[in-house]
Amino acid sequence: MRELAYYEAKLEALREIIAGDDRVHYIADVGTGFMGLSAQRVRFAEIAREFPERVIAPPISELAFCGLAVGAAMAGLRPVVDLITASFALEAWPQIVNEAANAFYMSAGKTRVPVVFHLLHGLRGGGAAQHSHSPQAMLWNCPGLEIVLPSSPRDVKGLLKTAVASDNPTVFIDHTQLFNVMGEVPEEDEPIPFGKADIKRKGADVTVVATSLMVQRSLAAAERLAEEGIEVEVVDPRTLVPLDFETIMASVEKTRRVVVADECHRSCGVAAELLARIAEAGYDKLAAPIRRVARLDVPVPYSVPLEEAISPTEERVAEAIRASVR
Amino acid sequence: MLVIRHFEEELIALHAEGHARGHFHVCIGQEATAVIALSFAGPGDYLFTTHRNHGHLLARGAEPGRLYAEIMGRRDGYNGGKGGTLHTVYPAGGFHHTSSIVGGIIPIAAGTAYAARARNTGALSVCLFGDGALEEGAAPEALNIASLWKLPVLFLCENNGKYGPGAASGAEQSRTMAAYPLTDLPRAYKIPAIQVDGTDAAEVFRAASEAVAKIRRGEGPQFIEAQTVRWPGNESNWPVAPIATRLPLAWDPGPVPERQREWYRSCDPVLLFARELVARNVASREELARIEEEVLAQIDEAAKFAIASPLPDPAEALRDVFAPMERA
Repeated sequence: MRELAYYEAKLEALREIIAGDDRVHYIADVGTGFMGLSAQRVRFAEIAREFPERVIAPPISELAFCGLAVGAAMAGLRPVVDLITASFALEAWPQIVNEAANAFYMSAGKTRVPVVFHLLHGLRGGGAAQHSHSPQAMLWNCPGLEIVLPSSPRDVKGLLKTAVASDNPTVFIDHTQLFNVMGEVPEEDEPIPFGKADIKRKGADVTVVATSLMVQRSLAAAERLAEEGIEVEVVDPRTLVPLDFETIMASVEKTRRVVVADECHRSCGVAAELLARIAEAGYDKLAAPIRRVARLDVPVPYSVPLEEAISPTEERVAEAIRASVR
Repeated sequence: MLVIRHFEEELIALHAEGHARGHFHVCIGQEATAVIALSFAGPGDYLFTTHRNHGHLLARGAEPGRLYAEIMGRRDGYNGGKGGTLHTVYPAGGFHHTSSIVGGIIPIAAGTAYAARARNTGALSVCLFGDGALEEGAAPEALNIASLWKLPVLFLCENNGKYGPGAASGAEQSRTMAAYPLTDLPRAYKIPAIQVDGTDAAEVFRAASEAVAKIRRGEGPQFIEAQTVRWPGNESNWPVAPIATRLPLAWDPGPVPERQREWYRSCDPVLLFARELVARNVASREELARIEEEVLAQIDEAAKFAIASPLPDPAEALRDVFAPMERA
């Protein structure tokens, strides 16, 4: 199978999606859409040039353009909104959380809102406190939103296709630090269903449940630990809502040890919820205490050593795994 | 207009009797705005309203019984009790999403207008909201985008902010809004905006007719501020009707308690309209009385229907969170 860089797979998906469906509109900066401040940001301009009628640059009004996308979705379009940094989603919170997430339920299933909100989350390096949010746990606390966290070139393409095809409001949470990851991507169209976890690496000793960039860090940690004789299984849920808990729990029951690695703040984060469910479902099946690797509970600092000090690094994932088998 | 008035007055009674719970908002005093303005909306147009929506839905043909059932949280309500008074939708009448966040619908209405234009359906959006909605950030942000992108949307602000008797024109400045008059706000974004007396059906008719025609001609968004005088029944925490409205009050407001009489005499759009119809020989007082009897009977039936409607199955609480995927 061919290999692509993550960003190439993402751009390919963006191009195929807008070319394949007239209802798709991208509300995004035409020069940098969906690519953030990455080195590849200029590449989106090619798509914007090809579809000038359906790639619309909005003013700096997150609340209004997210609401506009919600309305456009209600009226038959498939809008995909690029909020750039996930932190900017906080400016649009009322529309994402209180309108989009509730509309289908409040109307008793009459009004569908097939909108996609695209966010770039996490510690990007120097983003400091106001450009480094990982809001997936906050959003998971709002029923009505599908939450997608891709981690590989194949997944970003397949999941983006499913997100746009979904009839529900979907928050697509990407990470710029993934953009240069290489991986196999099939030539043919392969949407990846929501609610289907992917075992990214098989192993018998410890289960690591990881999301987004933490999947890549966990895979790197697993390689190192294999040299120490520890075989790590890496499970990637890929979507938090819907969640494939069955696959996660089957792996945990097999290895009897679990570490969850996620970039949210530690308290009430994605790791906290996943571990609560694992403990509820199978506390008696565990041979070691549950462990989480997450961002420490402070606002994100700017300086390199300070940011590093609070980060869920590859080394910290490895250390948690070692502690689990010790 | 009469259906709305008697619907709301009966609702106040039903609420007092414990048939509905939680807070609710009535459209009394604003009957002339929605009924008239929405008469220019076509079947494919997108209409949006807020917490104060009962009159808007009724103006578009919602059945009073099913609306009461929704407000009472019953199975026969338009949303099966999931929405309640704050969120009733009525897609057959053009209402697909009703938000109780006062400015929440303003960007969404711009969005349906955006989609209608992109899909070339010729539809427009009508967004009905109160004066308070303009105080939320969503409003100016959405006005800016609607104007920039020339979206086919009518913003109809029902300003019920005037207290006390007197003609509704020239509403006083709100203590919580620096922009005054309110039309300064859309005008700053280059959206044509006019003020009308929202208690005068003919004036609303002229303004809405012109605004909708301009939008349909592709001239972009239009803004109307319809000023009404706050109904004295809204002074307390819960609406309390000073008197049950009957059309003869149009000619003799004597039975209204003195403190509220002036409102019924000079600010009540329903009674003003009735007086006008008779003065112009469009209808006789007897004809209007017959219509009112029919409306009262209809409302009575509707209340009975809603009270008899069963409560929803608790299992229903877990349904309709997500739309099922229709495609593979």
